[in-house]
Amino acid sequence: MWKCMRAASLWTIWEERNGRIFQEKERSLAEVKECIMTRTISWLKTSDLFVNYSIDDLRRNWAVVASTTSTNIILQAERKSPPEGHKFTKEGSKQALLNLTQDPEMGGGYIFEFDKFSDRDVCRDFVGKVLGKIQSMVSSGQDARAVSERSAVAVHDEQLSTREMEHRMKLLREDSELQKLHKQFVIAGVLTESEFWATRKKLLDTDARTSKQRVGFKSAMLADVRPLTDGRTNKVTFSLTPEIIHQIFAEKPAVHQAFLNFVPNKMTEKDFWTKYCRAEYLHRTKNSIAAAAEAAEDEELAIFLKHDDILASEARRKIRRVDPTLDMEADQGDDYMHLPDHGIFRDGNKEVMDSEYELYKRTLSQDLNRHAAVVLEGRALDLELGDTRTVAEALARSKQVELATESSDEKANEKRLERLSQMAGIEDLQSSRGLPFAPLCIKDPREYFDSQQANALQALGDTIGGMKPINYSLSTEEAYGSLRDLISEMKATGLNHPVVKPDVALKVLNALTQHLSSTKHHVGKNPQESVLDRLPRKTKEELLHHWTSIQELLKHFWSSYPITTTHLYSKVTRLKDAMSQIYPKLQEIKESMQSDFRHQVSLLVQPMLQALDAAFAHYEAELQKRSTKAGTRPNGTV
Amino acid sequence: MASITSKLYSDDVSLLVVLLDTNPFLWSGENTTTNSLSFPKFLTHVFSFLNSILLLNQLNQVVVIATGLNSCDYIYDSSSSPTTVESLENGRMPALCSKLLQNLEEFLARDQELNKDESPPGIASSLLSGSLSLALCYIQKVFRSGPLHPQPRILCLQGSSDGPEQYVAIMNAIFSAQRSMVPIDACVIGAQHSAFLQQASYITGGVYLKPPQLDGLFQYLSTVFSTDLQSRSFLQLPKPVGVDFRASCFCHKKTIDMGYICSVCLSIFCKHHKKCSTCGGHYLVSCKISGFQV
Repeated sequence: MWKCMRAASLWTIWEERNGRIFQEKERSLAEVKECIMTRTISWLKTSDLFVNYSIDDLRRNWAVVASTTSTNIILQAERKSPPEGHKFTKEGSKQALLNLTQDPEMGGGYIFEFDKFSDRDVCRDFVGKVLGKIQSMVSSGQDARAVSERSAVAVHDEQLSTREMEHRMKLLREDSELQKLHKQFVIAGVLTESEFWATRKKLLDTDARTSKQRVGFKSAMLADVRPLTDGRTNKVTFSLTPEIIHQIFAEKPAVHQAFLNFVPNKMTEKDFWTKYCRAEYLHRTKNSIAAAAEAAEDEELAIFLKHDDILASEARRKIRRVDPTLDMEADQGDDYMHLPDHGIFRDGNKEVMDSEYELYKRTLSQDLNRHAAVVLEGRALDLELGDTRTVAEALARSKQVELATESSDEKANEKRLERLSQMAGIEDLQSSRGLPFAPLCIKDPREYFDSQQANALQALGDTIGGMKPINYSLSTEEAYGSLRDLISEMKATGLNHPVVKPDVALKVLNALTQHLSSTKHHVGKNPQESVLDRLPRKTKEELLHHWTSIQELLKHFWSSYPITTTHLYSKVTRLKDAMSQIYPKLQEIKESMQSDFRHQVSLLVQPMLQALDAAFAHYEAELQKRSTKAGTRPNGTV
Repeated sequence: MASITSKLYSDDVSLLVVLLDTNPFLWSGENTTTNSLSFPKFLTHVFSFLNSILLLNQLNQVVVIATGLNSCDYIYDSSSSPTTVESLENGRMPALCSKLLQNLEEFLARDQELNKDESPPGIASSLLSGSLSLALCYIQKVFRSGPLHPQPRILCLQGSSDGPEQYVAIMNAIFSAQRSMVPIDACVIGAQHSAFLQQASYITGGVYLKPPQLDGLFQYLSTVFSTDLQSRSFLQLPKPVGVDFRASCFCHKKTIDMGYICSVCLSIFCKHHKKCSTCGGHYLVSCKISGFQV
């Protein structure tokens, strides 16, 4: 394709030069660019790669076209046999590969190698989209070609990551109703993808939210590395993963400090870890004498074997900040370590305290406590575990920041002192403290009732249409007077005899029973039973589907008003066309029903038609307004 | 809920609270001739109905509340009948009716006094919200009177049209009736359907009826509205075809189909407001909703 473009630009420039010299015809730079583009596209169309796309399509998706030069094989392969899945190597690895797997019957898959990762990414996204569409369109049996064409357009409109695309496809696959709506509107071009999903952000977000969880340290004591022993030779193998190294740095600040100091000045990382593992091994063998001996020889090793000084100072600092009202005396009694016949088993041996070499001993309880404290503190860093050096430095930085904030935290100190004084206070000797409160704010109810009367007068003019207004030619006194007269008259004459004429009563009774029996027949015995359930299944599904599609369309329709941009205008027109398509379908359903269901179906369809009518009326009104507005403008510009 | 304990009582004991519409504009003037039901005839039907309720079960109770233009009041309470039976001199009607008529007359006099003459004639609606609240208060008192109490229900005999300015108060009353499981029945004797009462019956599980033949009112009342709550589970009662769910806006009290809703307190407005007048919330985004009729 680049050859094409080169040739086309040469040709166009030569033409332009000729034109300028011989015919004195000048064209602007933009026009020339456009010319080059058109030429290239028309030449490319001769290749069977692009023969099915229109020139407009290719022009609009130039980015895709430009990057597909190195991957034209993919498109050809796709069209012949749609791929099942695709895998790709991570960025940063040596090769940029895209692996398209296929149904094994059709013959294996393809592996493509790219020059640049950016190219590979574009193709990967494109393929991902195509795959998604293929999978969701398999049931409708649409041609893969049409799919790739549509997705070519779609790719240009939004830049979605593959993950998002896959997520959407998954949602569509799981919810068949959503899929039907999607097919009906997005594929038919009534709504764009972004509009369709704009109102469904909740669905798309939930997945993303769960993956944002910050994972802490594992509770297993990874820092307690166990070596693998090869039974044959005397070699012992320790395997350290970045996760383990991260934990080691978190739990043993002396090791962390040593790492920062020694590597890469004094020794390489590998040596450092070898020494560390050696120290671990010595600990494990519980040979404190040997440990002491080795420590004396190698000062670096000594760091790993001795107790952690940094940890000790940290602990001392923490103890200073402990609440003084805490009763530490009680802990002395809990010390069962020094009792005879007591001890914690570790690796099958009982630990015995030996005071001489205590410096070189490490107890299980110390390790456990330290590990627990670190796990509870949480992961200080969020970066991916890659290079050990960067991890170490990042940890050091975060620790420094922590220290700085601690020491300069005046407020925290103040709060602590306040709390101490509160806890140590003797309640009997103190006066009662006024609790903080927020003032209550209740709206004046009189305001509400006063407005009632004023509004009631206004409401007189708004009689609801279709109702017979009651004639009020009398004044209030007359009205009251006549009523009271009636009552006194009644007191004098007594109750009306008979209360009800028998034939009237019979008529009423008959009418009531007939009404009841007819509604029972129509609506069913159970008042909870809905009319929908009594209709044949196909009709019910159709009606429900029409209802959801009308809801969707109306949602987008009403949200586009007021119309401010041409985009909204075209959208509204599209929506209106779609709605006018559904309208006759509803009428059809009504007519096609059998007579006994017809009434109920028309009752169900009625609100849908009303909603559509309201939308159409609004549209017409807006159109009218616009045309009158446009008419008043001088040039008729809209 | 409190009314569950009434199961210990006999199942079909009922407490009926009747809300009588005594809007003078409804009953006097030319309307009565077109309505084919004059006030005395109407009262005859109602009194006979009340008597029949009291006859159905010895423990039944009836309370009558008058809904006037400016006020509402309890007119009659069957549980507080005096030991001596008063009847009129000519003995033409039972004690219930005479007492009721007497109280009604006094109520009308009081109501007229409350009337401020500045208001022009023609305020159509009676204070339904007030009488509903009075009824619910009485029912709550009955609930708290002990474990044994009759099953209460409310019957609205309404003729005046709905006042949209009472929308909020009526809806509040309806929801509290729903919560206490008190059905609100409605018998509309006016010329037009009442949207509020339709909603009330629908929400609380009562019966709504607009009798086409008003001179047979007693027959309607005794067939449909005298059924106690326990019998309603196996009796078929008339159901309305549809319910008018339209709301009225909080600012102008107009009935509206489409409007704006406060996202905090769900108050309904017809125009976009920057600040909600009920809860004081401020808004950045306005969104329109449309109401659908069922």
